[in-house]
Amino acid sequence: MTTSLSPSLAESVNRRFDRKRRMAFAVPAAIIAYLVYAAISFDIAGLVNRARFDNASILLSDFWSHKTHVTRDNRNGKLTVAIEGESKGTYPEGMLPDWVSVSDGVTTIDLGDGHIVTYDQAGARYVVPGYGTIDVRPDGDRPVITAPEPIPDWIAVAENRVGVTTTAGRFTYTRSKVETFKYHAGWELWFFTLDSPFHGKGFGELAALALSGDRIDPDRSNLGYMASEFWTNRMWRHGDVAWAIFETILMAFLGTMTAAIVALPLSFLAARNFMPLGIFRGAARRVFDFIRGVDGLIWTIILSRAFGPGPMTGAIAIAITDTGSFGKTFSEALENIDEKQVEGVRSTGANALQRARFGVIPQVMPILLAQVLYYLESNTRSATVIGAIVGGGIGLLLTQAIITQKDWEEVAYYMVLIVLMVMLMDSLSGWLRRKLIKGK
Amino acid sequence: MVDIAFGPELGRRPDLADNRKDYLEMVRRKRMYGGLLLVLFIALMSSGWMLADDRNAGGFWGGLHQVFDFPSEVLTEAWDKRPNLPALFSKHLPALIETLNIAAVATLIGAVAAMSLSLLATRGLARWPRLIPVFRRMMDALRAIPEIVIALVLIYILGGGPVPAVIAIALHTGGALGKLFSEVAENADLKPVEGLASVGANWSQRMWLGVIPQVAPNWLSYALLRFEINVRASAILGFVGEGGIGHDLKLAMQWGQGRYDQVVAIFLLLFLAIVVIDRVSDHYRHKLVKGH
Repeated sequence: MTTSLSPSLAESVNRRFDRKRRMAFAVPAAIIAYLVYAAISFDIAGLVNRARFDNASILLSDFWSHKTHVTRDNRNGKLTVAIEGESKGTYPEGMLPDWVSVSDGVTTIDLGDGHIVTYDQAGARYVVPGYGTIDVRPDGDRPVITAPEPIPDWIAVAENRVGVTTTAGRFTYTRSKVETFKYHAGWELWFFTLDSPFHGKGFGELAALALSGDRIDPDRSNLGYMASEFWTNRMWRHGDVAWAIFETILMAFLGTMTAAIVALPLSFLAARNFMPLGIFRGAARRVFDFIRGVDGLIWTIILSRAFGPGPMTGAIAIAITDTGSFGKTFSEALENIDEKQVEGVRSTGANALQRARFGVIPQVMPILLAQVLYYLESNTRSATVIGAIVGGGIGLLLTQAIITQKDWEEVAYYMVLIVLMVMLMDSLSGWLRRKLIKGK
Repeated sequence: MVDIAFGPELGRRPDLADNRKDYLEMVRRKRMYGGLLLVLFIALMSSGWMLADDRNAGGFWGGLHQVFDFPSEVLTEAWDKRPNLPALFSKHLPALIETLNIAAVATLIGAVAAMSLSLLATRGLARWPRLIPVFRRMMDALRAIPEIVIALVLIYILGGGPVPAVIAIALHTGGALGKLFSEVAENADLKPVEGLASVGANWSQRMWLGVIPQVAPNWLSYALLRFEINVRASAILGFVGEGGIGHDLKLAMQWGQGRYDQVVAIFLLLFLAIVVIDRVSDHYRHKLVKGH
């Protein structure tokens, strides 16, 4: 018996080992081949040429710092000092930062570390320590530069433009204007804008004002004034941002809960043990499949055509998409229940609705709740994306900030807020899950 | 039991003869809490919907009868131009393949990252047990950042094309799969690991030969599920950013009337791809998790 079996056994074992060994090489080889194909089709080589690493450095420096533009219009001699060059960050007439001074039509800008820029009637000068003085005068239409030879490569001289980039700042001279950028760490005007009476005060001063100082505006307390100045900050729009975050969470909450409420009765139709009629079961399942297959993107587009942009459109889109997913998972949970409990309830003469309420729901509730809470968390993220498409919530603010391609500090701010929001919802849903399912 | 039955104070002993009253009392209290919760939930939902309706550009009741206007407009135009559809299918097929490639490459890269991250963050298996919280927070952060944020920022640096989408989805996948992988790995049997340790295997050998074979079916099943999700994500990213079938869809939609046949062709392609992928991955996931 054994002698007749062993050769074929050994053979089959060997064959299996061979196959395993071949697979161990074939699978990684196939994956690598696929990645190579993908790299070629994604044009990785071309990407290296197209990548703009100067953009990356702008973005990174903007994330944690801001710049102040000191601009003089060369036609009328008007001087503007503006944070990020934006009108809402412009210093009002007669107010200048302490590193800019004007006397007799001569503007002196102290960039720190001995870097001094001077605008005067004849042109502009930039004193760079360790190098010398760069002097720019207009000659007719074009600027003429006088600087120690040879001119280093951080000074860019073109036909009608002179640019100087140093560690302290940037300086540009063109026919129409001369402009100096000074960089500061931190996000600008985060608490109060320049036109607010609280701008430029330290924490101690503000606390003193809030608690005991004389009222700046006689109609309201200093603390209330401060809060409203902060809330309506034109640069950062804290009030609008808070609303946007709330809208995003609202979209996720309404969408998820509505989907769960709609999907629960429908999922009974799709479960084998509750719907013996194959036609209805198949129909319900096909409906769920269709809804999931159409995908949130398409639903969002269709709905935003009908309802216009806003949080309700996003909430309905989430609700429809998730009805499909919930319907599928709920009906799977219903198919896996223990029939004994249902029979027990039936033996007391309960009707179908009562059997469902007391025999089925208590069994599947933990699974359903876990699913719903998990989706609530993941929908907070989706609501950001859907908001970008339908135009609502923090997603809209974020895409707007990214499209302007200059307010990167706002992008960083929104990113931080989104991450915090998602993490908050994550821990909230985890906490609820523990509380509701595992019991206290 | 003894403590309860012969407790010191007469008043604190449960009155066994009258337990029916206590039970009904408890039931009533439970029902009241349940009812309160239900009322609170209904109030939250209705006020939430009202608020959302208020802040929407178009109202719910005004828009409701228009829901089917747009689809029917699109479908009638596409029906009139139905001979174009086969040509449009082949025209947009490369974009669909690009979308699928983005999802597949991102899932592969993300899954590889998730494998190492999850093993480093699992109690009992971690290479450096003190750093477990660090790797956990890392996965949380990766999961928390929506793909669209990374994709849009990367488009600014890298220019258009599929690579920003791949990186964005892969980062998110790494975080999301890492968490699921580590939950699976936590339940892995440690005996093979100990056996390997006793013959002098180093950490990566212990993981590769002791843990991975145990968790591979579940991991693969999660990775397949993630691939399904990533196909959708990559279509959406194309719509918001650049590349793939989502971008084609956006262009056709922006053109509006006159290109609705394209919209329908793209939509059908996307729909079929998603349904087929769902079906195939469902089949294999069942096979992987429940055995053959």
